[in-house]
Amino acid sequence: MTMRIFVSRDAGAVAVGADEVALALETAAGHRSLAIEIVRTGSRGLYWLEPMVEVATPNGRIAFGPVTVADAASVLDAMATDGPHALRLGVADEIPWLKRQTRLTFARCGVIDPRSVAAYRAHNGYKGLARALTLAPDEILADVTASGLRGRGGAGFPTGIKWKTVAQASADRKFIVCNADEGDSGTFADRMIMEGDPFVVIEGMTIAGIAVGAAYGYIYIRSEYPHAVEAMNAAIIAARRDGSLGARIGGSSHSFDLEVRVGAGAYVCGEETSLLESLEGRRGIVRAKPPLPAHKGLFGKPTVINNVLSFAAIPFILAGGAKAYADFGMGRSRGTMPIQLAGNIRHGGLFETAFGITLGELIDDIGGGTASGRPVRAVQVGGPLGAYFPRALFDTPFDYEAFAARDGLIGHGGIVVFDDSVDMAKQARFAMEFCAVESCGKCTPCRIGSTRGVETVDKIRRGERVAENIALVEDLCNTMKFGSLCALGGFTPYPVMSALKHFREDFGVAPTTLQAAE
Amino acid sequence: MTSAYEPWNEARGAEIIAEHDTLEGATLVILHAMQAAFGYVPEPAVPMIATALSLSRAEVHGVLTFYHDFRHAPAGRHVLKLCRAEACQAAGGDALAARAQARLGIALGDTTADSRVTLEPIYCLGLCASAPSAMLDGRVVGRLDEARIDALVAEAQR
Repeated sequence: MTMRIFVSRDAGAVAVGADEVALALETAAGHRSLAIEIVRTGSRGLYWLEPMVEVATPNGRIAFGPVTVADAASVLDAMATDGPHALRLGVADEIPWLKRQTRLTFARCGVIDPRSVAAYRAHNGYKGLARALTLAPDEILADVTASGLRGRGGAGFPTGIKWKTVAQASADRKFIVCNADEGDSGTFADRMIMEGDPFVVIEGMTIAGIAVGAAYGYIYIRSEYPHAVEAMNAAIIAARRDGSLGARIGGSSHSFDLEVRVGAGAYVCGEETSLLESLEGRRGIVRAKPPLPAHKGLFGKPTVINNVLSFAAIPFILAGGAKAYADFGMGRSRGTMPIQLAGNIRHGGLFETAFGITLGELIDDIGGGTASGRPVRAVQVGGPLGAYFPRALFDTPFDYEAFAARDGLIGHGGIVVFDDSVDMAKQARFAMEFCAVESCGKCTPCRIGSTRGVETVDKIRRGERVAENIALVEDLCNTMKFGSLCALGGFTPYPVMSALKHFREDFGVAPTTLQAAE
Repeated sequence: MTSAYEPWNEARGAEIIAEHDTLEGATLVILHAMQAAFGYVPEPAVPMIATALSLSRAEVHGVLTFYHDFRHAPAGRHVLKLCRAEACQAAGGDALAARAQARLGIALGDTTADSRVTLEPIYCLGLCASAPSAMLDGRVVGRLDEARIDALVAEAQR
């Protein structure tokens, strides 16, 4: 009997040798005259165990990892004989790190062949679209609203309201745009889902098209993600062949098609209006709002622009899951969030769970602390524009409002862990420097403020008139926060101010003195 | 070793433009295609793109210079990109970047005198749970340590 073996083709697995391991397994099978079939999947998101290799058995898929080329032959023998092995992890679905998650959006990621529509359908794929095709647009919008889904790109705007605005706009053309310009360091959920389950993104966009009356969509993927670009393009071709994309979808009166456009290395293009400018073939200069993209978006037409994860959440919701989705979460943050644990962390990866879990549980319990074994000193939540939190704030629940109340943000759900060797003044400088390099240049607080910020933090680090310069940085941050056109200049103050507030000693000032001054 | 890219050729440039100029908002698509063919966006291509898309030369130049990806001159034979964003910084990326620069005798953003290697920073490959990471000519490598970065540098120099 042919053994079915699963090896990830996710960039995060390939980067640590998954391709070589797949090849070594084939070679070893050849030597043993063992019949095997290797299925390349996405990643389950347990990156410290990649390359993770699984074999199908009557009792479920048994996982091994992290497997090196040198281990391939012995792992294959253990698979063939169902014998013991040092790298054997047991049934994949029972691995505690995976089992304690609530995988609604990532249910198929790492499980199926991302190139196969048949595999997608066999794992509940296209059920949301099938149901959407039986509904009136108003009913689709009602489901999205009832789910409580908020934009997963970072701003957290209610998706149902956004869609309804576009649905109510009248125009000769409307567009669906997927923001796959996932530039935040510490985030990789968009990349993972595009590589591991691209049809779920396509299905979500197709449903959006039907709901608002748009017949065409674009997925704007950053150029740093060549594997995702390839996977999405392959999936679009497969979906067209399947009849679930293109004219008269599934025999209905609805038509929807889409294409991938590739970014060119500008971080600011993750901002929605800058992204639209870039899609139109221009410099990624931020637009002033209003008009909102929902009224005047791509090519001046009403446009739904959502993050990859927002679209990827839609199929579950439309497959009758609106209430089930809304039942997860806390406060106004409903549903699940694919959280990404990154940086100096022992168990890094993708952890999808209901809102409400605390930062401490995520870092210590699930993440297992630092990879270096040193104490965790700071975590940056929400990318380069997110605040640095010290251990004292680890009781913060993962929730849009709870983070905002502590001058932070959850952003796109990335958490970067730093150990006690971090120099927080250096990190504050980096935040300003990054903003200076990536600023589109349209507004003064961002363009000039970030450069002055770098210079002033440098003065502090050199010990020049420290107290005065700290006051200057704080004033500058205030100007940037309230005077910038978009989140790049507006949120760069978060990492800077949080570093100053929680890690004052790194700026050459005794923390006690400053607390007294406050 | 020969370059993977074609030398600039006006007829070929015109052909690339013709393949894409009916797309809406085609500027970036054409610039990417130019770079894929020639390894950079040659200056003579700018007025050609402008004419085809009914834009001014200044507008095309503006787009070309806005984005970090587009090259104005050919890169070295191999391009080694080191992820320099926060997750990789947290995992020891700073020291590895310094090591790669020292080994190659160039700074990030520069090309070695023998035109073999261009070393560049990249802001996030999305391999943040396998940090630090790098990309050599499109191949991704994670969990970098001193031995791995040395091997990558040596491979790039070959």
